[in-house]
Amino acid sequence: MNLVLCLLSTRQYLSAESIRTIVAGYADTPSDEAFFRMFERDKSELRDLGVPLETGRNSAFDTIDGYRIARRDYELPDIDLEPDEAAAVALAARLWDSPDLAGAARGALLKLRAAGVDVHDEDTAVQPRVRAAGPAFGGLLAAVQAGRAVTFAYRRHPGDAPQQRTLEPWGVVSWRGRWYVAGHDRGRQAIRCFRLTRIVGEATPVGPPGVVQRPDGVDLLALVGRSSFHDEHTPSGTARLWLAAGRAQGLRRRARVLDGRAVDGVPGHLVEIDLHWPETAARWIAGHGPDAVVVEPEWLREMVLGRLAAAAGEPAANAGSTSAGVAR
Amino acid sequence: MSSAVAARLPRLLALVPYLLARPGVRIDEAAADFGVTDVQLRRDLELLWMCGLPGYGPGDLIDLSFDSDTITVTFDAGMNRPLRLAAAEATALVVALRALVDTPAVLDTDAVQRALAKIESAAGLAEQAPMVVGLATREEAATAIVREALDRRRALRLRYYTASRDAISDRTVDPMRLLLLEGRSYLEAWCRMAEGVRFFRLDRIEDATLLDELSKPPAHARPTDVSAGLFRPAPDQHVAVLLLGPDAAWVSEYYPVDELVELGNGTSRVRMRYADEAWMVRLLLGLGAEVTVLEPPELAAALRRRAAAALARAVHLPAS
Repeated sequence: MNLVLCLLSTRQYLSAESIRTIVAGYADTPSDEAFFRMFERDKSELRDLGVPLETGRNSAFDTIDGYRIARRDYELPDIDLEPDEAAAVALAARLWDSPDLAGAARGALLKLRAAGVDVHDEDTAVQPRVRAAGPAFGGLLAAVQAGRAVTFAYRRHPGDAPQQRTLEPWGVVSWRGRWYVAGHDRGRQAIRCFRLTRIVGEATPVGPPGVVQRPDGVDLLALVGRSSFHDEHTPSGTARLWLAAGRAQGLRRRARVLDGRAVDGVPGHLVEIDLHWPETAARWIAGHGPDAVVVEPEWLREMVLGRLAAAAGEPAANAGSTSAGVAR
Repeated sequence: MSSAVAARLPRLLALVPYLLARPGVRIDEAAADFGVTDVQLRRDLELLWMCGLPGYGPGDLIDLSFDSDTITVTFDAGMNRPLRLAAAEATALVVALRALVDTPAVLDTDAVQRALAKIESAAGLAEQAPMVVGLATREEAATAIVREALDRRRALRLRYYTASRDAISDRTVDPMRLLLLEGRSYLEAWCRMAEGVRFFRLDRIEDATLLDELSKPPAHARPTDVSAGLFRPAPDQHVAVLLLGPDAAWVSEYYPVDELVELGNGTSRVRMRYADEAWMVRLLLGLGAEVTVLEPPELAAALRRRAAAALARAVHLPAS
């Protein structure tokens, strides 16, 4: 604290020796070695906090570098937030549900309050949250900031054996709560996105810093949004199902009832649903077991019956032949 | 500076300008703003009192005047502005604000935009942040009414689809907050039927009616800590051991699993908790040949029974 006050107040560069003589706390160091150890540690702590320590010489006659803090580089510029803007900032600071990012955001709020801005940190009705990204996050973010390539072990799918990938990272991206790193994959010579949860362990930097640069006009969110699951999609067709009365509510929510119909003495309805993804639809329908039966199309019926036959322990080859009898 | 002091340094550096900007601020208010106890803040103030400019005489030291429980800075020793935002601080705040710009359905994004512009200019952050967040929260049919209930502190009547039980029920809830998490919106509320705090996914609300009565969650109803996910292991849950084929590998990413062992060729063995057997059977039936139940035997038997019943029913295909 005294060192910061002293260096802020001086326009001259102060040598380590004069700092030792005038700044409280250093004068009582027992030896040169003890002083320099303490001084080095304090300097690195200040730099870690972002205090802009300048080194330089006051004149050509100085033989060694001195230190000072330029006030214009140290001070947070004037900032004035309207109450609704301050509320937005408080909400933003609470977005992070991971210790590192939440701590950094709290540190920023502290400084804004010190600048005279009233930011109230209280519970709000709407609370967006982004959760921590896992062990690879810190290393990847540091690599992006340093413009440095990284290498890591990556599983293309959960359960796959990991493969070593080398990436020129352009940015770390959170899309709908999932974390990715996007960039230029050196091995594949192409743009790739990687899910952080599929990175095994941490990413290791390779090569010198300052070599990786994100090309202009790259939209990281769009890159990741494109490679992740597509939500907006036009239906590719419809299917007709029979649903038992009062059952398969999840399917019913998406279905249009066509007619009442009993099957095997069980009351129910003939309904129609929009088909988006065949695999997902088959999985969903099969999950409802005897409460949902596919009427058409035939390919969907076979997909569902195949899953059911496998779950029943029947050989998969029999699956198609189960569709037989007709009843009204 | 001892290392104990170093941990306090960011706070000490901010404290003098903070106090300068708020002459006569109450100590408890300042402590709350800094997220420390009153006792800790008083210790910080005592330390500041011993800091100052070289010479360290009466006119060089930071000077504070206490008035029972308020405080005023009378000499700041030249420290009248806070330190600039560090790169990590600027990134955390700016990236979060940029993410909020993208949620027009639930927030006043105009205020977010203005705040973002001011923070960006004060932080001097380059246009290219190393990190981008897309909340991508969709507006659901129930979003507007849930917002209104929260704003006006009113209770809601919900018709709600519970996926775990595959059932629809009607209930009255006392809304607590709207949580936006992983691209989805959840209403956290006191459920009068379940007599507990529950999450309601907005896309599963079939119908919502604003009631005249006020939202009054009981005093002991606390928001859930979601830092480890919405679903937390509960003591009364069952545990299944499953063998997942390559096409079912997504299950271990989509649902929380306790243990994952890779067996090669994309096959893995996982331990997975479940509260409701019917829910688990629905998941497993849908996975077909891509999953094998290793444990417990009751679950494997229930799965086989349900599949056999489904095959038997499918034979009675209602021809159209």
